[in-house]
Amino acid sequence: MLADVSAPIEIAGLVKHFGTVHALDGLDLTVAEGEVHGYLGPNGSGKSTTIRVLLGLLRADEGSVRLLGGDPWREAADLHRRLAYVPGDVSLWPNLTGGEVIDLLGRLRGGLDERRRAELVERFELDPTKKGRTYSKGNRQKVALVAALASDVELLLLDEPTSGLDPLMGEVFEQCVDEFREQGGTALLSSHVLAEVEQLCDRVSILRSGRCVETGTLSELRHLTRTTVRAETERPPGGLASLPGVHDLVVEGRRAAFEVDTAELDTVLGVLHAAGIRTMSATPPTLEELFLRHYGDAVPTAAPVDAS
Amino acid sequence: MTGTWLLVRHYVRRDRWMVLWWALGITLLYWSQAVSVKGLYTTQAEFDRAAAMMETNTAFVAMAGPARALNTIGGQVTWQATAFGAITVGLMSMFLVVRHTRAEEETGRDELLRAAAVGRQATTAATLVVALLANLLVGAMVALSLVTFPLAAADSIALGVGLAAVGAVFTGTALLAAQLGSSPRAAYGLTGAVMGAAYVLRAIGDVGDGTLSWLSPIGWYQGMHAFSGLRWWPVLLLLAAAAATTVGAVLVFARRDFGAGVLVDRPGPDRAGGLLGTPEGLAWRLQRGSVIGWSAGLFLTGLSYGSLGDDVGDLMGDSEMSRDLFAQAGGALVDAFYATAILMLALLACGYAVSSAIRPRRDEDEGRVEVLLATGLSRQRWLLAQVLLTVAGSALVLGAGGLGLGIGFALTSGDSGAVGRYFVATLPLLAPVLVLSGLARLLFGVVPRWTSLAWAGLLFAVVILLFGPLFKMPEWLQDLSPFHHLALVPAEPFRWAPFLVLGAIAAALSVAGQAAFRRRDVEVR
Repeated sequence: MLADVSAPIEIAGLVKHFGTVHALDGLDLTVAEGEVHGYLGPNGSGKSTTIRVLLGLLRADEGSVRLLGGDPWREAADLHRRLAYVPGDVSLWPNLTGGEVIDLLGRLRGGLDERRRAELVERFELDPTKKGRTYSKGNRQKVALVAALASDVELLLLDEPTSGLDPLMGEVFEQCVDEFREQGGTALLSSHVLAEVEQLCDRVSILRSGRCVETGTLSELRHLTRTTVRAETERPPGGLASLPGVHDLVVEGRRAAFEVDTAELDTVLGVLHAAGIRTMSATPPTLEELFLRHYGDAVPTAAPVDAS
Repeated sequence: MTGTWLLVRHYVRRDRWMVLWWALGITLLYWSQAVSVKGLYTTQAEFDRAAAMMETNTAFVAMAGPARALNTIGGQVTWQATAFGAITVGLMSMFLVVRHTRAEEETGRDELLRAAAVGRQATTAATLVVALLANLLVGAMVALSLVTFPLAAADSIALGVGLAAVGAVFTGTALLAAQLGSSPRAAYGLTGAVMGAAYVLRAIGDVGDGTLSWLSPIGWYQGMHAFSGLRWWPVLLLLAAAAATTVGAVLVFARRDFGAGVLVDRPGPDRAGGLLGTPEGLAWRLQRGSVIGWSAGLFLTGLSYGSLGDDVGDLMGDSEMSRDLFAQAGGALVDAFYATAILMLALLACGYAVSSAIRPRRDEDEGRVEVLLATGLSRQRWLLAQVLLTVAGSALVLGAGGLGLGIGFALTSGDSGAVGRYFVATLPLLAPVLVLSGLARLLFGVVPRWTSLAWAGLLFAVVILLFGPLFKMPEWLQDLSPFHHLALVPAEPFRWAPFLVLGAIAAALSVAGQAAFRRRDVEVR
């Protein structure tokens, strides 16, 4: 596809070892221009390693990595002027104030938008006169967030950027990312806060043991999981057990409770309809269920959804 | 107080090696004075002459203490070791105390402990117990080493007891500082300021009429007059001060919240100054305190060496040991002495150079490099800025030492040309200093985890300089020290070849380290 040529992030077959540990084991990931891409996976699955390879801090052992059309290892500094990064665990210089760090990082990135800087300091309720050693984890993160969001960049790399923020500040963060997207920016957001992912992300990729096991929009991913259905019908619903995609079926007289693969939902509802529906509830899979299925030990059986 | 003994056991386990090294070091400080004084002078007449010369040297008195019975070994040990011994035992106490109190509180480990079945005052009590035990150990070892030397038993024991008591005073001070300051750094700063004031007060007092010395715990310790009419009552002053500071700490502790301090950190600027936009500006901002501190320290050290003027001949005696030590330089004794003094200054300057050269590793290890290198700043540019600061800072620190030496000499001898002469003689030593910082950079590039091993390089150079000729170490071994090659100006004429070769080696190490860093992964937690 032609569009892929200019995708801000293109990773194919990326392998990274640390000694005998395979941190990344043939990772494929594409982030299209203008999207906020959720990057999910259990701890130690390789999310931070991916971002550090993208930043040219780590060198890829195998595979190809393109960042904003360039080579992140060789052209690191030039590419970095066009992006901003927020790590999950921000470490500051103990004797520099937050305001000084924001300016320092902004200047090294090629300049800050002064108005935006002032506005963000206000919105995140950050005291920029405190020394680095006196900030709490959340406040250190705010320093990095303000520095990143006040820069005029095309791409944001965010590695669990809200892990120390309170929910109120989490909301401010979501607004800021929304604004960034409206202006045409692209973001890769690694996070464990599923509500945040659901709110912000156009597409998500799920990582496990150094590989991408799923990529797609949230609705596409939902499609792969089961919906919980409870129904009471006029006549006992016959033939449910023989339908493909129905699991854990319990029928007591005219009541039925079961789970159904979301892809088969239409067929199953047809059968229920034929039996005359009196009451019915269908609960779509929660994000938690979606992710637990991938985070857990069970190997996913569904075929990956094509993103196109 | 529940859990105090449990904590004491836990602390002892954590600290035992550290305390042992401190104790050995401090004991060595006292004992080695006795050994070196005994070896330095062959006749009492010689000893008397040297003592008379030292007594009248104001700089020495200001540095060490009141000059009493300097023509005896015991008097010399007391004079040379007590002020530094008191400061060292104070540092040990400070690190022990802050490590278990304010530092634990800041990292939040203390919170875990306190949430367990541990009494409110237990950490404070256990810290106090462990620090006092450490001070007693130091005092006992010092006393024992001197008694067995052998020196007069009562006076030797007095030196040990007094030392432990001074340690107790600084333990109490640190305990109080840990309650007042709201970060470990603030606690270190406060305790350090008290120790500095104690040292300076007694320096001014000792040079003058002695009144101010009575405001200083170090002055009380030296006021015991060991080996020159021993008296015990100043120990009571020390114990009273220790008790007062400890009680103060307990009172403040009982009245403050967890995690809070009495003194809060002052807010800083909300915007960065103009300098803080370039990697060089950042490096300077982070290291300026250390550059200024080391420069001042070397200037003062140089000044005190220089203030000996032409009299060094009397000071050195005529024993084989002093001949050995200074024969390395050859030529007239005065020139030989100053050539060696310049080497000493250069080794001190290495302390700055190495500590500055391993800073990039600290920034990497503590995760600050990651954010920096994610900006438009390239790895090479970042490291190069650090290198520039290390080189320029080392030159400044070393130059300050040479300037101090020259000024001190000029003031004492009236020979104003000495300022330029000694200053210039110091500068070539920059080459071997930079060899060691280059070694740190090579390690940083190739095996970053071992960057701190560069300190071993400095230790090796010190050992070679002090003991190489004395123990007739093989020449090839001595040649490994970068300080063993330069012409010893002013005792010998300056030679370009070794200077240029060392400079080239330093540059090669640095470039290799820089190239290796370019190729390796940035280590992240």
